[in-house]
Amino acid sequence: MDPVSVIEGRSVSSSGDVLSRGLSVRALRNAHAGPFAFDVPPGTCLVITGTSGAGKSVLLRMVADLDPHQGDVALDGCFCSAMPAHRWRRQVVYLPAEPGWWSDSVLDHMPDDALTRDLMAQAGLRAGVLNDPVHRLSTGERQRLALIRALRLAPRVLLMDEPCSALDEGTTLMVEAMMRAAMAGGTAIVLVSHDPTQAMRMADLRRELVHGHFVGAAS
Amino acid sequence: MTPILLNTGDLVLAGGLIVGCVVLSLVLSLGIHRTLIVAAVRMAVQLMLTGSVLLFVFGRSSIWLTLLVLAFMFSAATFEVGSRQVARLTPAWHFGIGGFSTAAGTIIVVLVGLLTALQPHPWYQARTAIPMTGLLLGNVMNATSLSMNTLLSMISRERAAIEARLILGATRAEAMNSLIRQSIRTALIPTLNQMAAAGVITLPGIMTGQILAGMNPLEASKYQIVLMSLIVSGNMIGATLSAVLTATRLSDARGRLRLDHLST
Repeated sequence: MDPVSVIEGRSVSSSGDVLSRGLSVRALRNAHAGPFAFDVPPGTCLVITGTSGAGKSVLLRMVADLDPHQGDVALDGCFCSAMPAHRWRRQVVYLPAEPGWWSDSVLDHMPDDALTRDLMAQAGLRAGVLNDPVHRLSTGERQRLALIRALRLAPRVLLMDEPCSALDEGTTLMVEAMMRAAMAGGTAIVLVSHDPTQAMRMADLRRELVHGHFVGAAS
Repeated sequence: MTPILLNTGDLVLAGGLIVGCVVLSLVLSLGIHRTLIVAAVRMAVQLMLTGSVLLFVFGRSSIWLTLLVLAFMFSAATFEVGSRQVARLTPAWHFGIGGFSTAAGTIIVVLVGLLTALQPHPWYQARTAIPMTGLLLGNVMNATSLSMNTLLSMISRERAAIEARLILGATRAEAMNSLIRQSIRTALIPTLNQMAAAGVITLPGIMTGQILAGMNPLEASKYQIVLMSLIVSGNMIGATLSAVLTATRLSDARGRLRLDHLST
């Protein structure tokens, strides 16, 4: 792990300066992938493409500090290793391709309030899904509910793993509009996508991942 | 208080019953005759051996000899407590956590029993300490192994649900709390059933033994009440310790779920 010191709120790492606003990944790696180093400023979207098994999910999980790793990640100049992990994950929220549910009732995962209703309308979800058991929802409905569950936290960074894999084109565009709204509020997004047209629409930055490493230059 | 002693004829009769079961297994092709014979012989040899060892140890009244017997019992319990789980931790942790929780739960309640209610002289007197420990050890071992088994299988099955809480900013304690509670409850169900059934549906073992040995039934009931309370407390301690330690081992200081700590 890189030695990290915090001097008067400004963080300095041996692996170089980090963004004072936004997400900075430095020398992040485990046995299978990396090292990775990249920056995602607030309000921008980095799209990561690559074949299955290239290490895209591993990278997102390491950024969220869900898997053991070396190297560090900073948000607004504060290093992940310097704060309690649950505080980090509350701001840097990982959305897995297949979201998990800790009970069969949607309302155990989010309250039925104005914010939820508003986000549901934006995602094109019918009002009834809140009262349906989770196991009876479609994969696409679960994906959008997981996004709403995450957006309710107003995260600073969203790490999205194939968020639209189960959605039709129209709904995909609605979800992308939600992502843009979050970006307009300053959220940085790291998006893993297999859909080249989505990558084209969303990407401010693009990287391609092959066998656990970025290939080519940043674009 | 004259116990009714059994003679050789009684043992032959017991053996005859086993032979009857074996014959029945053959006639009905249950396929358990082999296992039955092995189990019966094992049981007889183990019990006669235990009886002889205890006879010898009781005669000596040596604290070291008592401790040696107890150490043997605890080692056996440590092995058994971790033996039948499907999902397991790596061996050192699996038997370490199982053995430690069982021993801690047992030792605490045995000491409470020996130093307060029973008060034999001296307090480590083998005739009291060894059977007491044996009784509690067996119970705590069951509760501990049930608790570990439930938690290990739930955590490996509910990985997505636990991580769903973690990625939204829950600490590892918050993420696994409900699973830990469920494991402890599951581990205590047999004990709770036993307590509810005591005296109504079954006559508990200790009470039966005391009555057969000539004790006044009311006195035997009091004994049973104290011992049952010790059992349930020991079970609670063992089940809670093993669940908390197992959950801790399957996560790390950064609040990650570490299923790589399961043995594959």
